[in-house]
Amino acid sequence: MPQHGDSDNRSAVDILIASDRVPANARPDLLTEDDIWALLEEVKDPEVPAVSVVELGIVRAVHWDGKELSIDVTPTYSGCPATELIEELIAEALRAAGFRDPKINQVLTPAWTTDWITDEGKEKLRAFGIAPPEGSSSKMSLLGEPEVIACPHCGSKDTERVSEFGSTACKALYRCKECLEPFDYFKCI
Amino acid sequence: MNQKEALTEYLLRLADSDMILGQRLCELCGKAPALEEEMALMNVALDLVGQARNWYEYASDLIDDGRDADKLAYRRDAHDYRNLLLTEQPNEDYAVTMGRQFFFDVWHYFTLKSLVNASDERVAGIAAKALKEVTYHLRRSSEWVKRLGDGTEESHRRMQDAVDILWRFTGELITPDETDQLMAQAGIGPDPEQLKEDWRGLVKEVLQEATLTPQPDDAWMYMGGKHGEHTEHLGFILAEMQFLQRAYPDATTW
Repeated sequence: MPQHGDSDNRSAVDILIASDRVPANARPDLLTEDDIWALLEEVKDPEVPAVSVVELGIVRAVHWDGKELSIDVTPTYSGCPATELIEELIAEALRAAGFRDPKINQVLTPAWTTDWITDEGKEKLRAFGIAPPEGSSSKMSLLGEPEVIACPHCGSKDTERVSEFGSTACKALYRCKECLEPFDYFKCI
Repeated sequence: MNQKEALTEYLLRLADSDMILGQRLCELCGKAPALEEEMALMNVALDLVGQARNWYEYASDLIDDGRDADKLAYRRDAHDYRNLLLTEQPNEDYAVTMGRQFFFDVWHYFTLKSLVNASDERVAGIAAKALKEVTYHLRRSSEWVKRLGDGTEESHRRMQDAVDILWRFTGELITPDETDQLMAQAGIGPDPEQLKEDWRGLVKEVLQEATLTPQPDDAWMYMGGKHGEHTEHLGFILAEMQFLQRAYPDATTW
């Protein structure tokens, strides 16, 4: 369990090596917060490369005063193994844009919900072959009936759940009874 | 015991129970009865280990003696572990694996549901995240208990055996000690009486639907996990789980 979001612990050598990757002509001081959000739109989820970390709602806030940059990120699931990689990818993208020592803060509250995935992000998930979360997390019941999930391939609503869990913690496994294709469903939490 | 000491103790209990059950489930990696079950078990384990890390990190800040989450998980011996005895019981057959999960999930669900409203913000935040995950765990394990209990003659017999084998470890889940009482008084932990009522209520409801018979509430119960007195199984789990960190302390590259 490596420490994360804790760039204060990095050695001087680490920071020097990191700053070596900064393009010589980069002028991050000219960038606005909107520019930084646009930059983060280019950082894709390593497990679902169709969507960005912004579209997934993982980036919660950008703090930029022209000198110090810090980004608030939240993990999707407590044990999501992609969390550290995502933080590293974000830091990498920021360094490439000229930010020498971007800080990544991990925030747990409020807890991430699929309600934060943007409409565009949901469409991209569907196009990628993953059924996006249905409905709102606040209306879920503990032992209620599962929602009707439309097949991302053919659109049929005649689908069945094969497993409560899929290839990652955030997905469940479904099968379409119309086109017979299996598919992942991005669970609503 | 002051409130900070009680909170530290309470956090270690939550962390250790998550960690040990997560480790137990991981033993099935590569040999679960079906592919879908394997994915589910590993995802549940992943959730639990992730939650354990969040609790350990908070405990580490309170203990403040230089031990981080890794050191708390990998450098403490069995008598320092505070997990519930239920979580260290072996996987045995799938009825026992799922029965253990179900009894734990019911306790975990109601505990977290209460911790979400804790007066301590950091506890509430970690719990809110974990509750979303544990709701799924509970839904899944209760489905399995019903399917096996109300299934074939053999699955019913095995599920009933699992209930009978595991029952003796469930008393600890709903029997409060001084730490639990202090946490409840501080507005952090659940009200022990409410937790007991909720746990018994849901367990009986599911067992009834599964055509299974619970043991009596006043059956003899094994206790002690919360105080570091464990069954013989924990030492073996730790021997495997902690080997690398014990053999190569402070190594930064595996």
